[in-house]
Amino acid sequence: MAHAALPGICIAFLLYGQKSLLVFLIGAACSGYIATVCIQFIVKHTRIKEDAAIGIVLSVFFGLGIVLLTWINQHEGGNQSGINDFLFGKAASLTGSDVNVLTVTAVTMIITILVFFKEFKIITFDRAFAQGIGVPVSLLNGVLMFLIVSVVVIGLQAVGVVLMSALLITPALAARYWTEKLEWMTLLAGVFGALSGLAGAYMSLITYVPTGPLVIIFATALFLFSFLFAPKRGLCSKIIRRHVERKKLRVKQLMYERGEQL
Amino acid sequence: MSYTIWILLTATLVGINCGLVGTFLVLRKMSMLSDAISHSVLLGIVGAYMVSHQLQGVSMLIGALLVGLLTTFLVQLLHQKGVQSDAAIGVVFTCLFAIGVVLISLFADRVHLDVEHALMGEIAFVPWDVLEVCGQSIGPKAIWLLGFVLAINIFVIVFAYKELKISSFDREMAITLGIPVVLIHYVLMGMLSLTTVASFDSVGAILVVAMLIVPSATAYLWTDRLSVMLICSATIGVLASAIGYMGATAFNVSISGAIAVSTGVIFFVSLWIAPKSGLLWKWIKKSPA
Repeated sequence: MAHAALPGICIAFLLYGQKSLLVFLIGAACSGYIATVCIQFIVKHTRIKEDAAIGIVLSVFFGLGIVLLTWINQHEGGNQSGINDFLFGKAASLTGSDVNVLTVTAVTMIITILVFFKEFKIITFDRAFAQGIGVPVSLLNGVLMFLIVSVVVIGLQAVGVVLMSALLITPALAARYWTEKLEWMTLLAGVFGALSGLAGAYMSLITYVPTGPLVIIFATALFLFSFLFAPKRGLCSKIIRRHVERKKLRVKQLMYERGEQL
Repeated sequence: MSYTIWILLTATLVGINCGLVGTFLVLRKMSMLSDAISHSVLLGIVGAYMVSHQLQGVSMLIGALLVGLLTTFLVQLLHQKGVQSDAAIGVVFTCLFAIGVVLISLFADRVHLDVEHALMGEIAFVPWDVLEVCGQSIGPKAIWLLGFVLAINIFVIVFAYKELKISSFDREMAITLGIPVVLIHYVLMGMLSLTTVASFDSVGAILVVAMLIVPSATAYLWTDRLSVMLICSATIGVLASAIGYMGATAFNVSISGAIAVSTGVIFFVSLWIAPKSGLLWKWIKKSPA
């Protein structure tokens, strides 16, 4: 998704002529939407599987984006430094207004999720059921898609293309280990994301290393910790539980054997 | 030889290499793994640089091979422990990529590796980076690297054609026949890592993904036979690089980007006109004559 947004951003830049977050957002949303439609079309009408279809569409879109980017660099001149930073991400180059935009997005995100929580929950877990009880599935899907695209586009300039997808996946995956409930999972994922962002930024101040990668490393560390030590689903607790069960079973077997002997 | 021919030759070699390896990826439904490996290979290159202090062919190949296998292994491990496979891929490769970027900025500031370069590649500079033997230039380094990897790929495919074929199409049958399926999986991932790193420096990570997946998927539309599909996908790769290069010089834009776009165009055309599965034929058949 982050890759597919690139041509949209470039076209928006070509049409509008300068760096503007709102225009980029619209462009990215459009090309992200087109990419999704293309993927669904390919999967539906050919025997190519979904993973290959995603690969095709994303890499071709990204190639197109790079072509447009080099075109912009040659024909617009001067003005392109902003767009380069935008794509590869520099948390340090964020200005006050960017922070404002980020804050507004975060608040909008939280409000939207709070408002539509029940609906999102239903369409995520049981789409057919949602359709059955009259939830506007495609509309809500669109809203969800729009949320993802806007987060990606806004996050891009803080952490860059590759790391954006990591921030989307890793905290959520880590949260999955701690809970079975969507409410907690959403909350935990948000907290994990915030924690790794904070830790990454702080480490980056101390060690003079780019912020984005450090944030990702912290997020992955959180994931590994959850993977190993989470209660119930974690690897260690599974091993311990297995050990305990085995002991119980052995005791039982022993008792049966004694019983037979008597 | 002239500048243009060297670039075309590089792109052609990349096309053949990626076409051959990509075919198996598409058939095994592992396309996303190529995206993962093309990013995490960065860590291998940085690691190789830190150990050997040079960006030479062989050490880079070994580093990339190790990290590629490590990526595969970690993804497999997480998947076995109950993580969804796409999420597992996402976590592993972004983490390795992030470590790679951090290492670059910490220890290898003077190297010409940067993230931008890694993503976009610089095929235009290939002809100037020549390999010299006894003071005489014998062609660009990238060509030798790619040729070497191509030789390995062809050797493996010819040598283990039957095994690759059976384990790609019917895993259960391969296991019952006693074919070492896991070994073949790792061999294939090793080939993927080698191909990626050899192509990486000249064409960039994104184009590698495009060249791996798109021509093979296109070939999949055209034919049902594995042998034909291999040849077909290599040919499409070559064709796309030629068209892409011409387009790029005509409009003066990024060569690797243009090649990626032209693979997309070829795919789109094939989607309609391919025999049997082409949409145009289906549509004609459906409408009453």
